[in-house]
Amino acid sequence: MSDKKGKDKLNIRELIKAKGILGAIKDLMLSSQVWSSFFRHGLEDTPKTRMQTVISNSFLHLHPAKVKRHAPLFKFTWCMGGITFFTFLILTITGVFLMFYYHPNVRDAYWDMKGLEYHVPFGLLLRNLHRWGAHLMVITVWFHMFRVFMTGSYKPPREFNWGIGVVLLVFTLLLSFTGYLLPWDQLGFWAVTVGTNMARATPGLGHEGPFGELLGMTAYNDVRFALLGGSMVGGNALLRAYIWHCIGLPLIVSAFLIVHFWRIRKDGGISGKL
Amino acid sequence: MPDKKKTDQGRYRALAFVKGESLAKEKDSLVSEDELETWPYLLRKEFLAAIIVMIGLMIWSITLDAPLEEPSDPSLTPNPAKAPWYFLGLQEMLVYFDPWIAGVVFPSLIVMGLMVIPYIDINPKGNGYYTFKERKFAITTFCFGFHVLWILLIIVGVFMRGPGWLWFWPWEEWDSHRIVAETNYDLTQFIGIDSKSLLGSIIGGGIVSIYFFLGLTVPYLLMKMKNSLVLEKLGIIRYSIVAFLFWSMLGLPIKMVLKLVFSLKYIWVTPWFNI
Repeated sequence: MSDKKGKDKLNIRELIKAKGILGAIKDLMLSSQVWSSFFRHGLEDTPKTRMQTVISNSFLHLHPAKVKRHAPLFKFTWCMGGITFFTFLILTITGVFLMFYYHPNVRDAYWDMKGLEYHVPFGLLLRNLHRWGAHLMVITVWFHMFRVFMTGSYKPPREFNWGIGVVLLVFTLLLSFTGYLLPWDQLGFWAVTVGTNMARATPGLGHEGPFGELLGMTAYNDVRFALLGGSMVGGNALLRAYIWHCIGLPLIVSAFLIVHFWRIRKDGGISGKL
Repeated sequence: MPDKKKTDQGRYRALAFVKGESLAKEKDSLVSEDELETWPYLLRKEFLAAIIVMIGLMIWSITLDAPLEEPSDPSLTPNPAKAPWYFLGLQEMLVYFDPWIAGVVFPSLIVMGLMVIPYIDINPKGNGYYTFKERKFAITTFCFGFHVLWILLIIVGVFMRGPGWLWFWPWEEWDSHRIVAETNYDLTQFIGIDSKSLLGSIIGGGIVSIYFFLGLTVPYLLMKMKNSLVLEKLGIIRYSIVAFLFWSMLGLPIKMVLKLVFSLKYIWVTPWFNI
């Protein structure tokens, strides 16, 4: 035991002599158990480490180690799917920060917006990032769908994933729509009033829709009432929008995203001829 | 090359890096010339895209503040009250159709229509590359629906609609007292029959039915006469779905023209719903 210790010390001295103090620290760090438990492969640029970089990282290994030569071409992907996912991540992060400063009740909601503007450090920037990021996500989702259509990438074997994509498109719009109400200003209030008024006209399920009255629908038991938790946009609607926006819809979207990404790989990778 | 050694559990670990042909994928050696390493060739582009988006969004957020209007007031209705911009295509449809169609039926048809696209487009060509020649109908239909009916209506809704949902050019000042006197007629009123009467209702319903009946049968017969291969491959069920969705979509521009040119309000009036 003591022998080994002496040997180690000698090595360190030699190491410092050979590589200098910084070089020795770097060497020791890279060969330590802690480092090699974090990173399973070296840093030299070889085909092997290139592939290890991807498959030994839990986030990067969403990708296969190798992709088809044309897959990274901009003209095939327009980067739209990836950018959409990236905006989703930005929105999740800024959204969590916004939740720290927001009370989902009629009395506080609007003044929390003012608070973000005047009292919270970078609060306005945070809200701006979240708001414009949401608009960007809606736009990029549409462009993503358009690109996938134009390259015919919904054709077999990707039919199912196109369906998942349509679901994600709808949920993106719903996420944006539920978020619209939360500032509790005139803009959001009336936009959501106009939007949910449509639900009144649902055939059979809304009290103003075809056959709604025949089936016993009133303003107090139809589908709009279920959405708003009341017959008009009020405190309950704000709370429901908040919970759908921050918990319900993101969870659902995440589940579909997992399937969407997994299926991309199973169905032959991103873009291009199969 | 790591050594093969027996682990304590007596199992072998599967390691990914063995020189030579892969056992897992038979054609690996054939396609490997056609492949690139994900790192760096794909990932660097993804990171670059992320950085550009982040910078762009940052600049956007620093220069432009998110809108915040007065505190909400249920007793003070703005004129016009607009839905979020991405739904304004649907709100614009309210000019031409009742809410149950514009707000419920059409959105449902759009979502379902999008989802069935891969199952009704049986053309094997154009899978994974750009081509217009090989899929003219699919691309024309989709682009008409997406760019004209969806995007253009959103642009109209955002920029051209003012108080009373009347048309204002972007450079025009909104005049909230502007009144446009227009009388709209139901279809059967053009031939002197009360649209609310039983006869009017039957005629209106007949016309809607005939529209879809002809829409489904005429192209079918034309294609049948030409011994169309496409029709044979589609089969009757797929063909019916394509035709139904196609003519439902075209119902919107048709109704728009009828409304704008002939001031037509409803084609079919019933005690329960109007089309």
